[in-house]
Amino acid sequence: MSTYSVSDTTAPAAPRAALTFSNLSGRYGVGLAASLVWLAFGLSCLYWPDLGDWSRTGSLGIGAIVIAAFILFGTFSADYLGSAGQALRKRAPWLLAFGAFVTLWEVATAKFAWLPLPFFPPPQSILEVYTDDLPKLLDSVFASIKLQLGGYIIGATVGFITGVSIGWSQKIGYWVHPVLRFIGPLPATAWLPIAFFTFPSSWSASTFLIALATGFPVTVLTWSGVASVSSAYYDVARTLGAKPSFLVLKVAIPAALPHVFVGLFMGLGSSFAVLVVAEMIGVKAGLGWYLQWAQGWAAYANMYAALIVMSLLCSGAITLLFRTRDRLLVWQKGVVKW
Amino acid sequence: MVVQSAAEAIIYPAVGAELDIDGVSHAFDIDGATLPVLDNVNLSIAPGEFVALLGPSGCGKSTLLRLVAGLEKPRTGSLREDEVRITGPHPSRVVVFQDPTLFPWRSVWDNVALGLEAQGILKTQRHRVDAVIELVGLSSFRNAYPHQLSGGMAQRVALARALVNDPKILVLDEPLGKLDSLTRIAMQAELVALWQRKGFTTLLVTHDVEEALVLANRVIVLSDRPARIKADIAVARPYPRHRGDPYLADLRKQILGLLGLEATW
Ligand SMILES: Nc1ncnc2c1ncn2[C@@H]1O[C@H](COP(=O)(O)OP(=O)(O)OP(=O)(O)O)[C@@H](O)[C@H]1O
Ligand SMILES: [Mg+2]
Repeated sequence: MSTYSVSDTTAPAAPRAALTFSNLSGRYGVGLAASLVWLAFGLSCLYWPDLGDWSRTGSLGIGAIVIAAFILFGTFSADYLGSAGQALRKRAPWLLAFGAFVTLWEVATAKFAWLPLPFFPPPQSILEVYTDDLPKLLDSVFASIKLQLGGYIIGATVGFITGVSIGWSQKIGYWVHPVLRFIGPLPATAWLPIAFFTFPSSWSASTFLIALATGFPVTVLTWSGVASVSSAYYDVARTLGAKPSFLVLKVAIPAALPHVFVGLFMGLGSSFAVLVVAEMIGVKAGLGWYLQWAQGWAAYANMYAALIVMSLLCSGAITLLFRTRDRLLVWQKGVVKW
Repeated sequence: MVVQSAAEAIIYPAVGAELDIDGVSHAFDIDGATLPVLDNVNLSIAPGEFVALLGPSGCGKSTLLRLVAGLEKPRTGSLREDEVRITGPHPSRVVVFQDPTLFPWRSVWDNVALGLEAQGILKTQRHRVDAVIELVGLSSFRNAYPHQLSGGMAQRVALARALVNDPKILVLDEPLGKLDSLTRIAMQAELVALWQRKGFTTLLVTHDVEEALVLANRVIVLSDRPARIKADIAVARPYPRHRGDPYLADLRKQILGLLGLEATW
């Protein structure tokens, strides 16, 4: 269009942060609603008597009101808070939904007991677990992280080296392929009974099982990655004077890295499963064991608390792996930071 | 067939190596059948000579270059560089492949540095990488990744990656094939200037008769598969050459005839 209408050129520019009615229902509306929901949640904790006897209802209410205040402040000053403000604005709908969810949960359990107790504890009893049972929970978290990290690193390293070796050398492949084919698809947990009496300690047995669960997918994917590297890359490198070590380290491995990461992701997923089972059955520590213990005492709030921590840890580990991949494989992305 | 004598005696700087191809035949096995690709090729290239190979598509030009590079061994016959038999790849013979095959996980600079890195001399020779990137006009793209380059830029990087090694024999498989005609002409001039300055022996495969005539001392015309040498034509013209030169136009007509295209000319 080459002609302008008068209204196009004379439309008044909206003031940046003026409080108008349309602003309240638009850019600030969701944040405001989220803040109100959290406020309602807090007030319901403070002024609506519980059906049961929970010690942390008051603290939970205060916490909720603090969150409501933060959301309110963040909503109206988002324009001045830079990227943090933008992040808050983007997540406002989620804050609203989550606030509504906890409010509903609170009302359905502590206020009306629509959901049967003790199987569905109210939020304040989970908060109580985090405050009163913290030492034991933290011990479990550390035990789990230690076990998982040790097993995962061993499994990933061994799997990577094995994968590169069989992808590179036919001789090694000849011996390793059949073993891999027979043992690989077996779920690592199937080894559990044997592992626990053949290994000197339940800790070493579990490390072995986690390493096994990690190692198989990492091996297979590293191998397929190395095997699928185009021979043209090797030709180029060889004519430029590359020795075999250079071909492995600087051609095969970087080219296979995207596959390796797929293997690392798969290994992480299956090793979590092994970790929890191993802790439940053999190791007397860790979050899996904590879950088991809580179940034995019918401490349902503790189970939910442990589940929440576990899911945060697992998703944290996955996020960390994603970040590492994005950093190492920038070249794969269409857009590269300069 | 018109077969002219080999290149006349021009004094070349002594950096290039001599290349001898002696009775080389080669074949591939495809589904149990044998596909003959090269048939008794004999070719002797003097140090510092610029030889262009012309031939129909699929006749075996790239295969011959792979043999020169040492990436494959001929079924019969032998190849020698400065009287030393070629048994494997060596950085004194660098190839620019038909496809640029840049390493996608390496930036332009790191791609060009590949040869020096592989030979373990990169630490002291970094300036050579910078210089050759400058030469192909990609200084502002030194940190770009291959997927951010155009086809022609990628081919220039591949050329730079070869040149940085100061080869004695430069083997080029249609290195300018993907360039637009303007860049192509500029790169041809650049290539000639470089060759004259450095004195390496050059073996160039091209589909473009004019390109062969503008660049080479000697044009080898190959037959259909299996490739035999059909003609060995000296191009005795000083550089820089002009496309309109009637001498070259004459040769062009003659070569197109050899390639079976006289009807279109
Ligand atoms: N690795 C291989 N295995 C089997 N056959 C091959 C192989 N490489 C090349 N060939 C065959 O050899 C013949 C010659 O191939 P080559 O690549 O040398 O042709 P070319 O002259 O370079 O053709 P173009 O000009 O199209 O690049 C073709 O028929 C091809 O099918
Ligand atoms: Mg070819």
